[in-house]
Amino acid sequence: MFGFHYRLERKTIGLVLGIIGVASIGGFVEIAPLFTIHQTVEDAPDMRVYTPLELAGRNIYIREGCYACHSQMIRTLRDEVERYGPYSLAVESKYDHPMLWGSKRTGPDLARLGEKYSDDWHVAHMINPRAVVPESVMPAYAFLERTELRTDDLSKHLKAQRDVGVPYTDDMIANAAADAYGQAAPDSPAADGVTKRYGKATTVRAFDGKPSDLTEMDALVAYLQILGRLTDAAHKPVATAEKKP
Amino acid sequence: MVAELTKNERQGALVILLALAVTGLAMAAGGRGDPFGVHGALVLVVSIAGIFAVIGGYYAPEPSPDRLDSYYDTPTKFGIIAAMVWAVVGMAVGDWVAWLLAYPEWTFDAAWASFGRLRPVHTSGVIFGFGGNALIATSFYVMQRTSRARLPDQLTPWFVLFGYNLFCVIAATGYLMGVTQSKEYAEPEWYADIWLVIVWVVYFVLYLRTLNRRKEPHIYVSNWYYLAFILVVAMLHIVNNLAVPISWGSAKSYSLFSGVQDAMTEWWYGHNAVAFFLTSGFLGMMYYYMPKRAGRPIYSYRMSIISFWGITFFYMWAGSHHLHYTALPQWVQSLGMTFSVMLLVPSWVSAGNALMTLNGAWHKVRDDAVLRFMMVAAVFYGLSTFEGSFMAIRPVNALSHYTDWTVGHVHAGALGWVAMITFGAIYASVPWLWKRNGMYSAKLVEAHFWLALAGTIIYVFAMWNSGIIQGLMWRTYNESGTLAYSFVDSLVAMHPYYIARAVGGVFFLLGAIIGFYNIWMTIRTASQDETAHNTADHPVTEPAVGVPALQPGE
Repeated sequence: MFGFHYRLERKTIGLVLGIIGVASIGGFVEIAPLFTIHQTVEDAPDMRVYTPLELAGRNIYIREGCYACHSQMIRTLRDEVERYGPYSLAVESKYDHPMLWGSKRTGPDLARLGEKYSDDWHVAHMINPRAVVPESVMPAYAFLERTELRTDDLSKHLKAQRDVGVPYTDDMIANAAADAYGQAAPDSPAADGVTKRYGKATTVRAFDGKPSDLTEMDALVAYLQILGRLTDAAHKPVATAEKKP
Repeated sequence: MVAELTKNERQGALVILLALAVTGLAMAAGGRGDPFGVHGALVLVVSIAGIFAVIGGYYAPEPSPDRLDSYYDTPTKFGIIAAMVWAVVGMAVGDWVAWLLAYPEWTFDAAWASFGRLRPVHTSGVIFGFGGNALIATSFYVMQRTSRARLPDQLTPWFVLFGYNLFCVIAATGYLMGVTQSKEYAEPEWYADIWLVIVWVVYFVLYLRTLNRRKEPHIYVSNWYYLAFILVVAMLHIVNNLAVPISWGSAKSYSLFSGVQDAMTEWWYGHNAVAFFLTSGFLGMMYYYMPKRAGRPIYSYRMSIISFWGITFFYMWAGSHHLHYTALPQWVQSLGMTFSVMLLVPSWVSAGNALMTLNGAWHKVRDDAVLRFMMVAAVFYGLSTFEGSFMAIRPVNALSHYTDWTVGHVHAGALGWVAMITFGAIYASVPWLWKRNGMYSAKLVEAHFWLALAGTIIYVFAMWNSGIIQGLMWRTYNESGTLAYSFVDSLVAMHPYYIARAVGGVFFLLGAIIGFYNIWMTIRTASQDETAHNTADHPVTEPAVGVPALQPGE
């Protein structure tokens, strides 16, 4: 063995091929089957995609690095299920490009945050976290309320999402900007389009309390309020959730 | 620097810089109103500055042919200074965000100053800025000496170094503007990733070209590690960063993978960034500088072989231990745990090999802070690889995951191992490179050593305490069978440890600043003995001395 190596280490190309070969095996064995084994991701026929406003909110969540302190993955441990709710299923992040499972809980898990608090609470919390949770160490995000949401490129966002596998329809892509506006302006004509395209259960509200203008606060709160609510697969008995078609 | 390039190389540099300027202009024009355009403007300005610099030196006389008789070390000098600049910047930002966790009001109501945007500036700054520059710089130094061959040309190493630092600057400024993929330790967006691939391929080819010019029949063990670092980081980087940009004029892209597959790909990348960036590369560094400084050959050639291939094979399986008890299928979690535990064997073989190399030189460890940096690095390498295998065991991970324990573990490795071996290697090479008798002040090296060690210990102990308290509080039930503590209770309990951690960080940062000053003064202070030079500086004219002879088994 060492004699073989004694000869191998005299050949650059031998070393290079050896390293590539040896280093490829682990990743290949662990990752490739995740795309082919059916049971890896459960079936959830009721799963819907993010609305353009929620997707914009998700991008703000990513932009501000929220994932560095908040996980979105409830583990299969008793205390986690009791603290945060039913453990997370793979299907729940099926449309998450990329996933935001996180690796650190400086703040609590957010996988089931949706509709746990009111919109007003979220807005107050974002403007000054210590106004509602005195012990909080979260940064304040007051600027979100002052910043108008960029909607002109939302169609491109949905289009790129479709390119990576999220089933957005042509209709959804064409109306992305209008739907973003409509979801935060319940009394406007655009609001109907949102429920038509994304389902009656879609939350249409003035998330930041001001229906007249569309801010980044609207988008972020809309996203926080949908967390854990794209499908209710996790609330069903396990056997149902894992059944094959 | 331009004077060291031949006429052809100066023309080549101009062509590359012009192409870069055109790319920057196109980015700036296509990305108006988007951070993408700001980065385009940055690329444009940098390339124009480069063009002026090359034109300014264009008519300087060509370098003398004598240069081919010695190694080409100017890029290494630049890389070492760049590494120290990034060290100070990255560690300062790291300590600042550590204080933010204790005093969250210090964000000035500004988006760029919030924890979430500054944290990746810290992580990328220290890992890629400090660590990456140190690796590239030392690899240039080591591959020339262990191959007894000069770099094949003068332009390519500069392309690698400048290109790599441009990547780092684009990454760091991008985070401040909110440009991030959110993939941990792979935050830079698609265009920065593509640029890094180009730089990395050139780096790899440069390495092969130098190895092919070698006058030593055997490739020294340091080079195996540097090669593994370059190759596997390329594999990881390309696969994990596959993404579709929303347009050619926008910084934003969407990852090709989603959900559970994305999680596995990300932690396959994330853990092996630790393995091949922060372990393999720095083991390459250790295998050269530690025997050189100690004046002892590597203890065991066979242990080097076993640990090298063991690390290269086992590490690639270990990433899934970041996803215990999650929605990742259990068979992958079990594989990850198993291989993580087995990984302890090659890791400790490496650490043992390093420490046994010091046999017969322990009096030097006592007297020489530079060698002591390297010794402590090997000890922390052994400690943190043990801790890593331990934390990968599923029930242990149930407690440690999501807590500060992970942060403490990472810093035991990053401060104790990576930074210590780097400081040791830099202190060893600065006098060699600038032809000085020694560092400007041995006392300051000593001060840096104790500050770094104290800072690391304070940091790691603070995080052990906070992490374990956190984990236990989250799972404590009271007598009536309900959870005893709210999340906020655990947060309040963290406060003193967050302050202790930030104080530990101040110690470490102070050490790095002192180190920077000491290096700067060493360079500025002319040597009393101008003729002093390292005997290993001439690849052709002098017989084989130093490292090649250190290989047992020959």
